[in-house]
Amino acid sequence: MTPPLVEVERLAKHFGPIHAVNNVTFKVDRGEILGLMGPNGAGKTTTMRMLTGYIEPSEGTARIHGLDIHMEPVEAKRAVGYLPEGAPLYGDMSVESFLLFIARARGVPRRELWERYRDTVAKTSLHRVLHQPINTLSKGFKRRVGLAQAIIHDPSVLVLDEPTDGLDPNQKHDVRVLLERMAKDKAIIISTHLLEEVEAICTRTVIIARGRTVADATPETLRRQSIFHNAVRLSVAKEHSEQLTTRLRTITGVGGVDWIGETDRQAVLRVISADRRSILSPVRMAVQETKSKVSEVMVESGRLEDLFRQLTLST
Amino acid sequence: MLTIAEREFRAYFSSPIAFVFLMAFPAAAGVLPFYVDDFFAREQADLESFFRFHPWLYLVFMPAMAMRMWSEERRDGTFELLMTLPIGTTRAVLGKFLAAWSIAGIALALTAPMWLTVNYLGEPDNPVIAVGYLASWLVAGAILAIGAACSALSSNQVVAFFLAVSSGFLFFLCGLEPVLSALESWSSPLLTEIVSGFSMPENFMQIARGSISASNLLFFISTIVSALLINIWLVDLQRA
Repeated sequence: MTPPLVEVERLAKHFGPIHAVNNVTFKVDRGEILGLMGPNGAGKTTTMRMLTGYIEPSEGTARIHGLDIHMEPVEAKRAVGYLPEGAPLYGDMSVESFLLFIARARGVPRRELWERYRDTVAKTSLHRVLHQPINTLSKGFKRRVGLAQAIIHDPSVLVLDEPTDGLDPNQKHDVRVLLERMAKDKAIIISTHLLEEVEAICTRTVIIARGRTVADATPETLRRQSIFHNAVRLSVAKEHSEQLTTRLRTITGVGGVDWIGETDRQAVLRVISADRRSILSPVRMAVQETKSKVSEVMVESGRLEDLFRQLTLST
Repeated sequence: MLTIAEREFRAYFSSPIAFVFLMAFPAAAGVLPFYVDDFFAREQADLESFFRFHPWLYLVFMPAMAMRMWSEERRDGTFELLMTLPIGTTRAVLGKFLAAWSIAGIALALTAPMWLTVNYLGEPDNPVIAVGYLASWLVAGAILAIGAACSALSSNQVVAFFLAVSSGFLFFLCGLEPVLSALESWSSPLLTEIVSGFSMPENFMQIARGSISASNLLFFISTIVSALLINIWLVDLQRA
């Protein structure tokens, strides 16, 4: 069995008394896109900085291709493409000279230099701005240049800190398509605040809160852990709502009934499953028994946002 | 390392700083011997009065060249990008230093008309002048290396400049007569001699006059190496 491309083991970073990252562990295999999520200040950027060899961990280690990032930093860094937070670039350089500089610095052999350059420019659609100084580019183009410098040496591991931050919806879509296309033979780690981004492209999610890993699973599995997974949403005539609510609360397996909205004639109820198993049948029976006039029934799959709030507010 | 040096070299020419230095240094180095030291009145075909001003010119120009080295990287956030490239801190520090030092070399080469002038006027000792040029380049390197280390201390270029000028000036104070007299009045002659040994202008002028000694060369080389090691340490400290 081949080892994972990225292994993060009990990483911790302390800045004096502040524990920015505390015992974070995860692995990323080839073909995976890992979404690193967490509230602001949770430790995502610090984790990425340790993983890419920018800062020394206080404890633990990270390995890229089995190479310890702090014992063999140069070799490990060669296998990583990194887009730091805010995509910092040398504004005085043209896009072309910047990308060629990065390619050389990342060890692309001279004979492959132009081929890698042309391939990267094509992937990131930078043709129009190649000879423009970077500091004259729009935010969207700058982000694309940042992405281009991260992939120009065709690394097997990509670490991207908020890669779509500041992009318009079309540009975000383009970046996500590019990442999905590249994911087949790479391990990709992205940090993001955007839950829709995680649901759209990530094969796995690690949620960090206050420096600790609080979840590590696929987005689907995480959705199932939401307290609203298998909750039943009902639109019921207002005159029947109280009677139905009372009856629903007596069902075994129902964790609660919330009044979540109303119109002139209808009330919208959410019946929560105590153990996240399906409660649709007993809810239907309760509706029939109370002869309630129900116009709409919907089973919720749970939202990542709910679990994110559950985990990050409770730690 | 050469990749970094090449980028840095180009970066100097993307702002006026390199052009200003390349014009101002040869101009000042050429003018000062005539207007301040009365070059012709000496009636000697040598470049001693020309070299005399070099350390003082470097004390202003080299910190100005060095101040952007790390301050700018930290201000623009490119420090993180640079430090995650597979090059290592030592190569990054050396690459930046070599780029600035080579521009100092070009500036020095642009003063060649002075050399040609003394050859036209008399028969100077050309090997001594050549060694003087080499020593001048070493002085530039020493102050530049000190400036580079100071640049790693602050993300503000102005602060980095003043730190570098102040730190470099300490090596000038060591050779000033009033300082040495004051020191001799309350300490031993041995200590005074040791302190005067750290004088950058004095070490330089000894070489420029043709009395080359290993200790003079060692002084400049060890200053450059020490400052670069401090620079590497300071850069790594910011990543700890």
